Amino acid sequence: MLSQIKSHFSIAFFFLLSIVAVCPVHAEEVVVYSARIEQLIKPMFDAFTKETGIKVKYTTDNEGALLARLEAEGKNTPADMLITADAGNLWAASQAGLLKPVKSGVLESNIPAHLRDPANEWFGLSIRARTLIYNTKKVKPEELSTYEDLADPKWRKRLCLRTSKKVYNQSLVAMMIAEHGEAKTEEIVKGWVANLATDPLSDDTRALEFVAAGKCDVTIVNTYYFGRLMSKDPKLPLAVFWPNQNDGGVHVNISGAGVTRHGRHEAAAIKLLEFLSSDKAQNLFADVNMEYPVNPKITADPFVAAWGEFKQNPMNLAKAGELQTAAVKLMDRAGYR
Amino acid sequence: MLFSRYRFFAFWRLTPFIVAALVLAPVAVVVSSLLAPAGDIWQHLLETTLPDILINTFWLAAGVICGTALVGIGLAWFISVYEFPGRRFFAWALLLPMAMPAYVTAFVALGLFDFTGPVQTTLRAWLDSDLSWFPEIRGRAGVILVMTLAFYPYVYLLAKNAFLSQGKRSLEVAQSLGLNKVQGFFKVALPMARPWIAGGLMLVLMETLADFGTVAVFNYNTFTTAIYKAWFSMFSLQAASQLASLLIIIVFVVIVLEQQFRARMRYAESKRTARAQRITLSGWQGGVVSGSMFSVLFLAFLLPVMQLSYWAADSFAHDYDFARYLDFLWHSLSLSGMAALLICAMVIAMVYAARRYPDTATKNAVRIATIGYALPGAVLAIGVYLPLTWLDARLSELALNWFQMDTGQILQGTLVAMLIAYLIRFMAVSHYPIDSAMQRITPSIDEAAMSLGVHGWTMIKKVHAPILKPGIFTAAALVFVDVMKEMPITLMTRPFGWDTLAVRIYEMTSEGQWDQAALPAVTLVLAGLIPIFLLMRQTEK
Repeated sequence: MLSQIKSHFSIAFFFLLSIVAVCPVHAEEVVVYSARIEQLIKPMFDAFTKETGIKVKYTTDNEGALLARLEAEGKNTPADMLITADAGNLWAASQAGLLKPVKSGVLESNIPAHLRDPANEWFGLSIRARTLIYNTKKVKPEELSTYEDLADPKWRKRLCLRTSKKVYNQSLVAMMIAEHGEAKTEEIVKGWVANLATDPLSDDTRALEFVAAGKCDVTIVNTYYFGRLMSKDPKLPLAVFWPNQNDGGVHVNISGAGVTRHGRHEAAAIKLLEFLSSDKAQNLFADVNMEYPVNPKITADPFVAAWGEFKQNPMNLAKAGELQTAAVKLMDRAGYR
Repeated sequence: MLFSRYRFFAFWRLTPFIVAALVLAPVAVVVSSLLAPAGDIWQHLLETTLPDILINTFWLAAGVICGTALVGIGLAWFISVYEFPGRRFFAWALLLPMAMPAYVTAFVALGLFDFTGPVQTTLRAWLDSDLSWFPEIRGRAGVILVMTLAFYPYVYLLAKNAFLSQGKRSLEVAQSLGLNKVQGFFKVALPMARPWIAGGLMLVLMETLADFGTVAVFNYNTFTTAIYKAWFSMFSLQAASQLASLLIIIVFVVIVLEQQFRARMRYAESKRTARAQRITLSGWQGGVVSGSMFSVLFLAFLLPVMQLSYWAADSFAHDYDFARYLDFLWHSLSLSGMAALLICAMVIAMVYAARRYPDTATKNAVRIATIGYALPGAVLAIGVYLPLTWLDARLSELALNWFQMDTGQILQGTLVAMLIAYLIRFMAVSHYPIDSAMQRITPSIDEAAMSLGVHGWTMIKKVHAPILKPGIFTAAALVFVDVMKEMPITLMTRPFGWDTLAVRIYEMTSEGQWDQAALPAVTLVLAGLIPIFLLMRQTEK
């Protein structure tokens, strides 16, 4: 009986193996899970393949699903690298033990310290500045000063915000908690909510359109959304204001990557990571989405550089991940939907 | 006895249990979370957003159920029983919104009617006012309206199947009892169509509770958004699973109640009657009916398609890559086709088994088999993924120990895994239409056939197939378009390079580029017309 079962099982198992193409492990490929969408990664991967001959296989999904997937796959994961569009999720991946530290002089010299993990498990590859955009017909730039100031009653019914469900806002509030503590930050967020001209919007583009249409006067968005909208319609009455230039600096986040703990092509993954931080790829990586390069030696695209120089907040972005849950709870308490 | 001479019969008898086991694996993964504490997130939820979330979810579900019942049943009734200008056209055209994903209807609705949309912008310019009186579309009424327009076809399709074969006859019966048309509809026709309509409404309820895309566009907080927030923003899969478990329990209770309620009724309406004479509506009445039908069609389908085409034409120049779009399209169609075949075959076997062995265990297995539809997609996706990776890990250990092969992943990243995940999600969609059709085959039909010496396959071919056919085609079409619209499972389980139209839409909408999402969305809608067209050809004889 037992042997019968065993032979049945063997047959079934061989059948399984035969329907599934069993790929031998290639040395010359690297597998990427990316929360950054295909359009914003493919050009760099193509350049990498052209330069090194190493093939890049990738799949995209939202960051939460990718983390869950990596965790479920454990030692069996095909992924060698995780790319996300924010620091908080990289921090979470590192907390869950999904990433592996990478010692690399190249990465350390190309990427400023506050834009990478102190333990070297993840690295920023482009900078995304979350700044203020205002309606030029309704606001004079001298009225604007800081993120915190938008809680002042003088902005009553003049503020638009994207929903608190988006990680960019969660990171912003997390960094504010790191700076001001919870109590003060909660006051500020409550002030924002009191000043809203309309319920929080589903994304940054919508927030910008509302400011342009005059429903509100000012909003907080990532600069590349502004760039996209302006390149489509340059006549919109919108302009950038860099907040907190005399204290703290502009809140920045990153698109970044880490090498997975259980990947099968570690060397190739590190090579890809170093390539992405290098002079050649930095411009490509940032420009394709109108972001800022992390590598200080590289200048941003002229279209982006035209928005002016700004001082960025130098606090390490690991804080954005560490305090993200606290930030989400705080925003819930403040009634920020 | 029908199959007693066949040994394989034991196998199909087990179908409900096999499917139930498949569905139970991910559901059990989710529900098992109830045993573990999820820290202080519950405390936080109770103190902050939970009351709102419950109220929001309740009103949304109630609103969409009422809306789809009203629209779906109303349309089906007039199409089946009356004659009016354009009836033949509307009969199939009203199915078209099936191909329109709710999340697409949602962003089109906002794109058109929100403060920055062309409607309000134009009005502001004309009237030179700030339009503060204009109704806010980003609110409860707006979400309910969008979901009603997106989901009414479930009810319409199933109700039409019921009314077409018996609507007119039930009216005749009612009249012979001295009731007028309105009384006839409420006292006879509607109760007779109950299993179909209840099935349609069940699907609508599950779809509404599981929806994330639409409520995200509207930033309307529901149970599902709370689940996503707990998981993706607070990094607590534990709390997310616990919230999802509550959702499963609620839906399960509704399913059981609905069936208990139905169990006390007997249905025996087998003959698809010859096309009964329809009641011709007079000029103005016909005009009103045609007009109402056109408005539904316009809002649910024509207007969104026009807006999407306008956006698509705009982004066409720099996004269009013929070869890639053919790939997306082919992936979408082939996946949906495979899933529809697999799922319908499983459901037919399951429904037959349940019919032959109506014991409690089988009944419960069937109930469990349909629960996957009520889970938010992302939760189900990870629920499917966990057992799958576990199995894969065991298999590759075996391969290593027995055959010294380093296989890496075996099932994951294959179409097999993907189809199993779809099966778990979409059983319900296929089950309701086929099960309703099966209820028409009364025991007396079988007895009559057997007394004439018809058995086994002959019986199925000659007697059952004609009765089941409309239900099976309905089920296949519904599954086909549903799979094509599905996002989270497709994203998580697709093999490398298997991007579909839905994946493309996700990539664009996740960056807020609605106009860029229009091209894949239009393609998806057009592709979704294929099964609808086939369905129409098959059932509209």
